[in-house]
Amino acid sequence: MPDNMVAVAMSGGVDSSAVAGLLHREGVPVIGLTMQLWNQRRLPDLASDRATGRCCSLEDVYDARRVAEQLGIPYYVVNFEERFEREVVRPFIDEYLAGRTPVPCTLCNNFVKFDQFLEMAASLGAERIATGHYARLRFDEGAARYLLYRAVDETRDQTYFLWGLTQAQLARTLFPLGEYRKSRVREMAAEMGLAVAAKGDSQEICFVPNGDYAAFIDAYFREQGADRERTRGDIVSTDGRTLAQHDGVHHFTVGQRRGLNVAVGEPLYVIATDPVSGRVTVGRNEDLLRASATVREVNWIAFESLTVPLRAEVKIRNKHTAAPATIVPGAEAGHVEVRFDEPQRAVTPGQAAVFYQGDLVLGGGWMD
Amino acid sequence: MNRYYFDHNATTPVSPEVFEAMAPLLREDFGNASSIHYYGQRAKQHLETARRQMAELIHAQAQEIVFLSGGTEADNLALFGVVRNSPRPARHVITTAIEHPAVLGACAQLEREGVEVTRVPVGPEGIVDPGDIRRALRPSTVLISVMHANNELGTVQPIAEIAGIAHEAGAVSHSDGVQALGKIPVDVEALGVDLYSITGHKVYAPKGEGALFVRKGTAIGSIQFGGHHERDRRPGTENVPGAVAFGAAAAWLIENGQAEAARLQGLRDRMEAAILGRVPGASVNGGGAPRTPNTSSICFDGIRGEALVIALDLRGFAVSSGAACSSGAVEPSHVLTAIGLSADRARGTIRFSLGRLNTAEQVDALVEALVEAVGQLRRIAPAERAHA
Repeated sequence: MPDNMVAVAMSGGVDSSAVAGLLHREGVPVIGLTMQLWNQRRLPDLASDRATGRCCSLEDVYDARRVAEQLGIPYYVVNFEERFEREVVRPFIDEYLAGRTPVPCTLCNNFVKFDQFLEMAASLGAERIATGHYARLRFDEGAARYLLYRAVDETRDQTYFLWGLTQAQLARTLFPLGEYRKSRVREMAAEMGLAVAAKGDSQEICFVPNGDYAAFIDAYFREQGADRERTRGDIVSTDGRTLAQHDGVHHFTVGQRRGLNVAVGEPLYVIATDPVSGRVTVGRNEDLLRASATVREVNWIAFESLTVPLRAEVKIRNKHTAAPATIVPGAEAGHVEVRFDEPQRAVTPGQAAVFYQGDLVLGGGWMD
Repeated sequence: MNRYYFDHNATTPVSPEVFEAMAPLLREDFGNASSIHYYGQRAKQHLETARRQMAELIHAQAQEIVFLSGGTEADNLALFGVVRNSPRPARHVITTAIEHPAVLGACAQLEREGVEVTRVPVGPEGIVDPGDIRRALRPSTVLISVMHANNELGTVQPIAEIAGIAHEAGAVSHSDGVQALGKIPVDVEALGVDLYSITGHKVYAPKGEGALFVRKGTAIGSIQFGGHHERDRRPGTENVPGAVAFGAAAAWLIENGQAEAARLQGLRDRMEAAILGRVPGASVNGGGAPRTPNTSSICFDGIRGEALVIALDLRGFAVSSGAACSSGAVEPSHVLTAIGLSADRARGTIRFSLGRLNTAEQVDALVEALVEAVGQLRRIAPAERAHA
């Protein structure tokens, strides 16, 4: 087998299909692998003809297989369901139950795609993997490090989900799409005659049908035979008045406005959730503003460690515009404090803070 | 890249003599075997010749052979045909934990219809103890279904004894012989079974043709309804080309089956000896039991079978992890779990099944590729054990 073989993580979507096509066109020996991450036969309560963008559907595998066949590359489906449930799905549920708002894509990247998948690829003789992520990766001779940069297409940039990757992981990874705009990727897929060139985009949380994560959590509870009554509780105002009841703190995320079912004159937002008391606190938009955030489990990509305060731009959720801040090393290892120049709306526990200097991704961590 | 096929328990290619026998049925002798005219009569003659060939191979009467679409249909007809046809109010079926999904799936459906099912466990070598079958008997037992040879392990079950137990209890005896036919002698007289499932594509005939042996006098109803084909047991226009192919495969086996089985056993034993000698941490599942001569189930410590199958395929060698029907599933094989393998060891198991395509040179090349692939997997993924 060729020693420069690359394993492409093929989801059946246009991006990863284009990656396989581009590498193949350059003459790189490619094998296509589709990760089977979630069994769609589970949680039949969620089954719906209208469910879209579900991961690992038969249609997606069909599409990926078809692209591999068009390219004439070896193609296999590999089953990572066990790891995915343990490292992504259960933590996702646990985070919501603990009153936080998780980022499952980051967990999947850290513990499945750039771990078990990387290992599977290596054991098959592929020293490197390629994915359809929109991000740029360069080796910096001076720093002797792999540096991660935002994608050229700022509307598609996925670096918010990639901050947890180590140098060892990045050293064996290719992100061929980081230099292109999405529209160009579709064009190239069409030029290569790939069957998926016009296929729609997938949704954010691949295993949750129609984006209804609360319904997913409820269905998962039922499957596990767990009692879901325990998370019910009150919706209270910032001054302690009970306004309404709710079906579980996992239905709420900080900053949320819709679905509160509270009739009050002014718009109300979720300010905080407390899984212990079952209390969801709501208040005005201004109550959501925070001047700082505590970040733990920090991973640095651009350098080894932080010893002095650093100026950076910080993104606190995927759709957030990075805000100028000072990052101050914490007392505990792996902790930092982010002091924003201007208070930021909805600093949400469980989400990631990702640190940038321009397009360069410095690193990131989880917010408390 | 040269490609070598070591997955004959999944399916086999159509052999040249079968292809030759079948070809005229697709061209000039294309008639419907139920038609009165010349074309129909020609088709009917071919169909009945095939039935006689099939009967001769398994020591049955021609009229006891019901042609149908394959092993799954044969098993379904056997189970549903007997159980639904039984006049008894309470009905109980005995089977084993290592049956093919065609039987286990049918049993699960029978349970949904109110039938009670006992799945008898097997020992560590993959053999069912007839004493366990006897102990599972109830007054309401109407059918005992035990496979002749297991698809994953190749282990051969004591069918004659089990059939005897069934008859003493007044129950019907069925055996799924899909993986036995063509590998070990099949004599339904000596076995004493009432029903026996077989399929063409495991013996070098094409997919889509199988048969159920139905001993004369066995109380069995039809499970599909239509015309009067196959003595009312299986309505539907007969697949005459398929039956002729299956008949030709039977004719070849009558002549050559024994010699080929001996040849395959030689190759299989050569392969196992080489693997056990050269790959540390390899062990044969069911190795102490009577086995079909072509099948070898080998567990490689600390390896994901899924990865090994891919690594071998990239080198040109086709093998399988578990059975084809269950590959891609996250659950470890129910057969390997039933013989007491841990989930990890079950996932580290590869099935090699040899056949007419294989030679000693191919076996030696397979062993070389295997040594290399296992070495690579163990170098890269030693941590997998700690995780699982």
